[in-house]
Amino acid sequence: MSGVRLLVGTRKGAFVLTSDGTRDEWDVNGPLFAGWEMYHLNGSPVDPDRLYASQSTGWHGQVIQRSDDGGKTWETVGNEFAYDGVPGTHQWYDGTQHPWEFARVWHLEPSPTDADTVYAGVEDAAIFRSTDAGQTWHELSGLREHESGDQWQPGAGGLCLHTILINPHDPNRITVAISAAGVFRSDDGGETWRPANKGLRSRELPDEEREVGHCVHRIAMNPSRPDTLFMQKHWHVMRSDDGGDSWAKVSGNLPSDFGFPIAVHPHEPETVYVVPIKSDSEHVPPDGKLRVYRSQTGGNEWEALTNGLPQEHCYVNVLRDAMSVDALDPGGVYFGTTGGQVYASPDGGDNWTAIVRDLPAVLSVEAQTLP
Amino acid sequence: MIRVVLPQHLRTLAGVEGEVALDAQERPTQQTVLDALEATYPVLRGTIRDHGTAKRRDFIRFFACGRDITLDAADEPLPNEVASGAEVFRVVGAMAGG
Repeated sequence: MSGVRLLVGTRKGAFVLTSDGTRDEWDVNGPLFAGWEMYHLNGSPVDPDRLYASQSTGWHGQVIQRSDDGGKTWETVGNEFAYDGVPGTHQWYDGTQHPWEFARVWHLEPSPTDADTVYAGVEDAAIFRSTDAGQTWHELSGLREHESGDQWQPGAGGLCLHTILINPHDPNRITVAISAAGVFRSDDGGETWRPANKGLRSRELPDEEREVGHCVHRIAMNPSRPDTLFMQKHWHVMRSDDGGDSWAKVSGNLPSDFGFPIAVHPHEPETVYVVPIKSDSEHVPPDGKLRVYRSQTGGNEWEALTNGLPQEHCYVNVLRDAMSVDALDPGGVYFGTTGGQVYASPDGGDNWTAIVRDLPAVLSVEAQTLP
Repeated sequence: MIRVVLPQHLRTLAGVEGEVALDAQERPTQQTVLDALEATYPVLRGTIRDHGTAKRRDFIRFFACGRDITLDAADEPLPNEVASGAEVFRVVGAMAGG
C-alpha cells in the first residue's frame, strides 16, 4: 500500500512523519538538525527519496542539506548564495534604499522533471537554481533586476521570496511570490520576469492597485490545472484563471480573509483550503476557534471544517508554508501550527486528528505521496 | 598544533567531538586559522565568516587566553600560547536569541 511522508520544518529542528495509506497511525522521527531553524524541506516529484532542506540560525547563517534515501541520512551541500553582479538596493521600512543582503532560504522547490534541479526562494528576495543537486547555486537575476526592484519593500517577516510554482506542463513557466512585492512570472525558464498583480488591491498602499508592492502571502495550484491559481494575500483570497495575468477576489463569506496558507485539493481543482486569522494585527484564529475553511466552488462559498480541531481557547497561527496535501484517494490535507501541532485529515478536511501536539513552532509542512 | 574549540552546532555540522586540531602555523592569525579550519572542514564555510567577503558573522566571537579578540585585526598575530597549542582558539556563538 502506498503511504505518506510529511516533512515538517520547525523553529528548532525538522521532523519526518510517516504513515501508510490509511493515514491512521504515524511514526514520528526527529528532531533532525536539532536547534536549527528549518524553514522548509521538500522532496523531488521525480524521486521521492531525494529531499532538500533549508537549515539556518542567526549565528551560523544558511546551510542546505540533501538526502538521497528519504531522510534516513543527510549530506551537507552548497550554501553559497551569491547575488549576481552588484546587487543594488531595495526599499527599506523607512523608505530609504537598502543594500540587497542574503539572509536565508525560505522555500525549496525541486524541479518536476529532474531530481538534480532545485530552485530556492531567498530573503532578500531572489530566486536561485541548482542543477547539481544543491552543490552550487546560481541566481536567476532577471527577477531581482526587474525595473521595479528598487521599489520592493520587506514585509514584517523580511523581503522574502516564499512561493515558487513550476507549471508541470511547461517547466519554463515559473510563478513566484514575494512579500511585499507581489507575484512575478517567467515564461522562459527564469531568464526574464514580469509582474502578475493585475486585480490585486491593497489598502496599505497609497495607490491601492499599483503594479508591485502587494504583500502576497502564498499561492497554490492544482497541477492538473496550472493556469488556475489561488492566492492568500495580506488581506483577501484571490483566484486567477489565466496564470496570474489577472486576479479576482473570492473571499466570499469567510469570517476574515486575512491569513497565510492556502492549498488546493489534489483531485478537485475547485476545492480550496484556507485558515483565516483575525487580522493583520492579531494573528490568531477568530473567536479562539481553529477552523479550516473549504470552498468546493473555487472560492466565494466557504464552509468551516472543525471536526477534531480545537473550538475554544485556541490562539495559534498557521504559517504560509505550513499546509500541504497528499495525492491519495481520498485526498489528505495537513497543516502545522505555531503551537507545535500537526493536524491531518485523510478525508479532504471533513475530519482532523493531531498527529503530534508539542513540536516547536511549525514553519513548514510538505506532504509526499509515496509509491 | 593549533587547537580550536567550536560551538555545539558547528561541531555537529563538522562531525567532530571536542577540540579540533589544526597543523601548526609559523605566524597564526584569525584569518589563517579560520582559513585552515574551513579547508579542513569545508562544511563550515559560510557559518563563521560570510562567503566571498570573509566578514565575521554578527553573532560570532573569538576568544583566546581569556580575552575577547573578536575585534582584533584579522591579520594580527594570535597570542603565542595559541600558536604553541598551549591555549585554545575559541569560536563562540554570542549570547543572543532564545
